[in-house]
Amino acid sequence: MRSTFIIAFRDLSSFLKSPIFYVLTAVFLILFNYIFFNILNFFSFQSMQAAQMQGQMGAMGLNLNDMVVQPSLHNMGVILLLMIPLITMRSFSEEKKNKSVNLLLSSPVQLHEIVIGKFLACFLVVATMISLTLISIGLLFYVGEPELGPIATSYLGMLLMASCYISVGVLASSLTDNQIVAAVMSFGFTLFMWIIGWGAQAAGSDFGDLLKYLSLIDHLDPFFKGMFDVADFAYYLSVILFGLFLTHRTLDSNRWR
Amino acid sequence: MISVDGLTKFYGPRQAIKQLTFDVEEGEVVGFLGPNGAGKSTTMNILSCIIPASGGSAKINGFDIFEESLEIKKIIGYLPEVPPLYPDMVVSDYLRFAAGIRCVPKNKIDEAVEAALEKCWLKDVKHRITGRLSKGFQQRVGLAQALIHEPEILILDEPTIGLDPLQIIEIRKLIKELSKDRTIILSSHILPEITQICQRVIIINEGEIVAVDSLEGLTASLRKTERIQLSIREGQNQAKEILEKIRGVASVSQNDNGEFQIECELGSSLQDEIARTTLDNKWGLVELKQNAVSLEDVFLQLTTEETQVEL
Ligand SMILES: Nc1ncnc2c1ncn2[C@@H]1O[C@H](COP(=O)(O)OP(=O)(O)O)[C@@H](O)[C@H]1O
Ligand SMILES: [Mg+2]
Repeated sequence: MRSTFIIAFRDLSSFLKSPIFYVLTAVFLILFNYIFFNILNFFSFQSMQAAQMQGQMGAMGLNLNDMVVQPSLHNMGVILLLMIPLITMRSFSEEKKNKSVNLLLSSPVQLHEIVIGKFLACFLVVATMISLTLISIGLLFYVGEPELGPIATSYLGMLLMASCYISVGVLASSLTDNQIVAAVMSFGFTLFMWIIGWGAQAAGSDFGDLLKYLSLIDHLDPFFKGMFDVADFAYYLSVILFGLFLTHRTLDSNRWR
Repeated sequence: MISVDGLTKFYGPRQAIKQLTFDVEEGEVVGFLGPNGAGKSTTMNILSCIIPASGGSAKINGFDIFEESLEIKKIIGYLPEVPPLYPDMVVSDYLRFAAGIRCVPKNKIDEAVEAALEKCWLKDVKHRITGRLSKGFQQRVGLAQALIHEPEILILDEPTIGLDPLQIIEIRKLIKELSKDRTIILSSHILPEITQICQRVIIINEGEIVAVDSLEGLTASLRKTERIQLSIREGQNQAKEILEKIRGVASVSQNDNGEFQIECELGSSLQDEIARTTLDNKWGLVELKQNAVSLEDVFLQLTTEETQVEL
């Protein structure tokens, strides 16, 4: 366990030393806030209109959670889809390229400790990025009265989905010593996991249900609505663990080649 | 301390090492000498438990490389062919990291880092970034990393490759210093390096051990003799004596597998004579062969490569 933290800490400080982290965080926040304030602006325009037309409807039908937080986070999911591969691509690819992976492999550390350490470092970076968006969300408490519960579950859902991206990204990075290839693979795969549900219509009912079940995004809605469903939580958790398990297998089989 | 038995490694269909068998005693400094592609790095990676062998076995301090790799990693310090550095890290941070994952207790890390910096003459560069150091310094940081947990055994893969002559001399001095209280296996494709540091040499070519000998023994046997290998079923105890009486035989020795290594005078072609002796004495001839790869060939290759480096 100690080794896991040591490895995670090293990766983290390496992130903080490189411009990648700062550029990504800056771009991420600019994009998110641009989207967020536009949505907010549209919302206030709509609620003003609604208030003019029908006094009571405005207060009743429009609320900040559904009309601002939820679409903003939905968009955040898309931005993260583009950015997380750029964070995870270094994990193993870079170590393989500059051969520093031999230090890890010749140390009394077990493979799973290395894998979890790598995952943890990326998770902490992404969690930092995501929590920085809370500043903008916090502003909503000045302009209106959003509910805290759904915001909390939405962010939890976001972190879970982001962790799935990370898990896939770390796996991709363990497959190659080329960072670009790793990034493209993890982007392609996570995007596919997003849209896999679209095939549900075309596929028959049983298989369609399966595709829908596999889709990363479909499990997010309950979290956005303020619900914590164990089944959805379990889905995300199993995607994360499965990705890490495959990473472990990949690294192990690399040794045998 | 280290015993290797029939170690074999396949990369896909390609056999990189074939049935390596050797022992290393505690406190010994053993050189692994062989041209590029001989299988030195492969053997060292297997001994450091980075890659698994395809066959055979090896024990280090009684720990098996397959079953107890974690224990082995604790007592081994490994410097791979390319020093495993993180180019963006400061030297002292890097060594702290290495100490951490090599299981140095938390309160001993500062001490261990200081000691390693001291031993490898790195004090002046401890605040520099490893990626910007010269190759010689990087190699020393690599050594410091291998030493950080005070391992009983050091495995160094071509520690002087790519260095300029001055740096080579420094590294050699350092290794000599370190060899005082450690078992060291080091590989090289440069003969003089081995002659300066090691007590014993294992010469390996195309994945096979060509010779294991002390340095004096090796050079002595090289000059005047060629080697014939004989294995027999019976009469082991009298064979040595009788064989030595044959005209042209310089010496006879028996290796661990019971085979006789017969050193003959150059150009004496004693195969017929040895075969006749074996048959006459009814020892049961199993095999008689001239050692396939002549030591001289390997040596020639090694010494010619060395001149380019030593310039
Ligand atoms: N990862 C690998 N995959 C396939 N072949 C390899 C690999 N590593 C080494 N080899 C081959 O195995 C042989 C031995 O290589 P190596 O142990 O690196 O030799 P040395 O260190 O003595 O130069 C070489 O022929 C090399 O091409
Ligand atoms: Mg090599």
